[in-house]
Amino acid sequence: MTAPDARRPATESSIAPPARGGPEASTTARPAAGRPAAARPAAAAGLPAGLSRAQLLELYYHMRLTRSLEERLTNLYRQGKVIGGLFRSLGQEADSVGTAYALDRSAGDMLSPLIRNLGSLLVMGARPVDVLRQYMAKATSPTRGRELNVHFGDLERGFIGQISHLGDMVPVMAGVTLTFRLRGERRVGMVYVGDGAMSTGAFHEGMNLAAVRRLPLVVVAENNGYAYSTTLERQTAVAELVQKRTAYGVPGERVDGNDVLAVYEAARRAVERARAGEGVTLLELVTYRRKGHAEHDDQHYVPRDELARWERNDPIARWAQRLTESRWADGDALAAEDARVAAELDEAVAEAEQEPLPEPATALTGVYADPARQDAPWYREVPRA
Amino acid sequence: MPEVTYLEALRQGLREEMQRDERVFILGEDVGRYGGAFKVTDGFMAEFGDRRVIDTPISEAAIVGAAAGAAHLGMRPVAEMQFIDFISCAYDILTNYVATARYRANLACPIVVRGPCGGYVRGGPFHSQNPEAAFFHTPGLKIVCPATARDAKGLIKAAIRDDDPVLYFEHKYLYRRVKEQLPEDGDLVTPIGRARVAREGGDLSIVTYSAMVWKALEAAQTLEKEDGLRVEVLDLRTLLPMDDAAILATVRKTNRVMIVHEDTRTGGVAGEIAARINEAAFEWLDAPVLRVTAADTPLPYAPTLEDYVLPQTADIVAVARKLAAY
Repeated sequence: MTAPDARRPATESSIAPPARGGPEASTTARPAAGRPAAARPAAAAGLPAGLSRAQLLELYYHMRLTRSLEERLTNLYRQGKVIGGLFRSLGQEADSVGTAYALDRSAGDMLSPLIRNLGSLLVMGARPVDVLRQYMAKATSPTRGRELNVHFGDLERGFIGQISHLGDMVPVMAGVTLTFRLRGERRVGMVYVGDGAMSTGAFHEGMNLAAVRRLPLVVVAENNGYAYSTTLERQTAVAELVQKRTAYGVPGERVDGNDVLAVYEAARRAVERARAGEGVTLLELVTYRRKGHAEHDDQHYVPRDELARWERNDPIARWAQRLTESRWADGDALAAEDARVAAELDEAVAEAEQEPLPEPATALTGVYADPARQDAPWYREVPRA
Repeated sequence: MPEVTYLEALRQGLREEMQRDERVFILGEDVGRYGGAFKVTDGFMAEFGDRRVIDTPISEAAIVGAAAGAAHLGMRPVAEMQFIDFISCAYDILTNYVATARYRANLACPIVVRGPCGGYVRGGPFHSQNPEAAFFHTPGLKIVCPATARDAKGLIKAAIRDDDPVLYFEHKYLYRRVKEQLPEDGDLVTPIGRARVAREGGDLSIVTYSAMVWKALEAAQTLEKEDGLRVEVLDLRTLLPMDDAAILATVRKTNRVMIVHEDTRTGGVAGEIAARINEAAFEWLDAPVLRVTAADTPLPYAPTLEDYVLPQTADIVAVARKLAAY
């Protein structure tokens, strides 16, 4: 049994994030080594990973949008306006944003998230107002009030909504990427699992099938230390989730999940491998769940010093510092992004809040394509919507 | 018109759908190179290639989950369970993911999951099951159970064309025992959700499906010959959605109804049919609705045990006599 405070911000050897959150200690955030300079013109200006200034700033925007949207949701939750539970990704924004940002939306790449991948959805083009509608069970929500939180999808924007049964989206995304293959399309899929989801049979079956058929799938394993209250050590006997790659015969990488640039670069490599027909990659992102499983959970099982350590390793603060210290963006630019996020969310919250809940009888539509609507029980006379 | 077996009819239906629609593909265990444990897809890999006939690992959840993912993108996958007993390994993904997709996410999931069901073949507890009741309770799924060669073909074609997920339970006892002359040309499609009167009669009705249709018909012959009873046999063909109109029509016609299924008794489909008749046609009944089903046990292997547990023609005759005399 591991000592309760054994969960350090990361394993020191390979990916140690800075003890005090400064970007200077990050070992993986370096310009994409080994790629020809011609392929990344931005490198001439000292910019990393083949990304432009606008893109580097966009990573910041998406992380800020993710956190601020969740903060707005927290307020709405406390006001009783969120109908169900509220799931935060505080401190994990870099892994959602950095991985999804590595996909090529114009090529039709697709992903399927987990509960703490709001950032991935926003990168794919999900609208904050739709997320608010989902949490508030509005008639206007993408699922018409039928499903909760980030459990919604949009094939046009390239994401498929998850269900609560962990691991199930791995076989589903194997089928999505199998279809890319059958049609001869050079599209890539990405699916998220966590330290908990990797214990399910569905994860194993889907991973194995995808690996056997060398499907263009990137499997992102978010190691945030906890599955509800269960620690990594009680979830699995491997020290690092990436070790599971050997069981499937696929390559893998372990990355500092709180370094958005390192996450992006590793995800980019995995996406390029997939697109080149080289099959599945398992990517472990070491991060930390700074809130409870959901808003009701007070995290009494979490050592306070562990939490404090990870608070000092905040992915957004790190990226902001990196951007300014590397002169990729200045404080004014970041402030402008913050203001843009605030304005967008003001508008989205105002819009979603005043919208109605669904009409009761709409519950009877859409179980099947045919019939599109079933009859109400005879004792339940409700006017048709 | 050539005579074809139930299995050959199923094969023809699958093959014709693959020929007419490039979106149709097959995945499952040993379906490709080997041609399927019962040879339903024999020769398909040679004809359609290994992209459209996919041998998978032993992973029912992944087979069904991958079919679902492909279906979301517009494909028409047909997933084979080598024996339908193994569909329970995909229960989560079928009931939680597939069945809810349209409702919760407006996501089409037109997959077919098919496989050999049923006993009378000395297959023991894990190669003889009839799993319909486990899925009958799940809104969002459709379930078909062909009894004839014509419907084996017509229902697989309808299932593949349906815009919702369809479970297709083919009875392995019927595979090579049931034969029928079928037209070689023309598009033979059996509409989902519609029962068929397998035998007309006015004295009592047997509502049944799958292999029990044949036992019911055999019993009806005996009852006519020995008792002068005219027995109507209704072959449901589809369990979900159920053809309530056809059930009510036969209730109103004969006023005496029994339900026969091979699945076990408690929580079986017969209970639901009886409840529907009770709610919608109580005043038309001259006798209680009776059931003939398997006993509530796992299915045993020894012939003496299996024959004792499963419904036999003599059971149907005995219950029909009680019903007629009530």
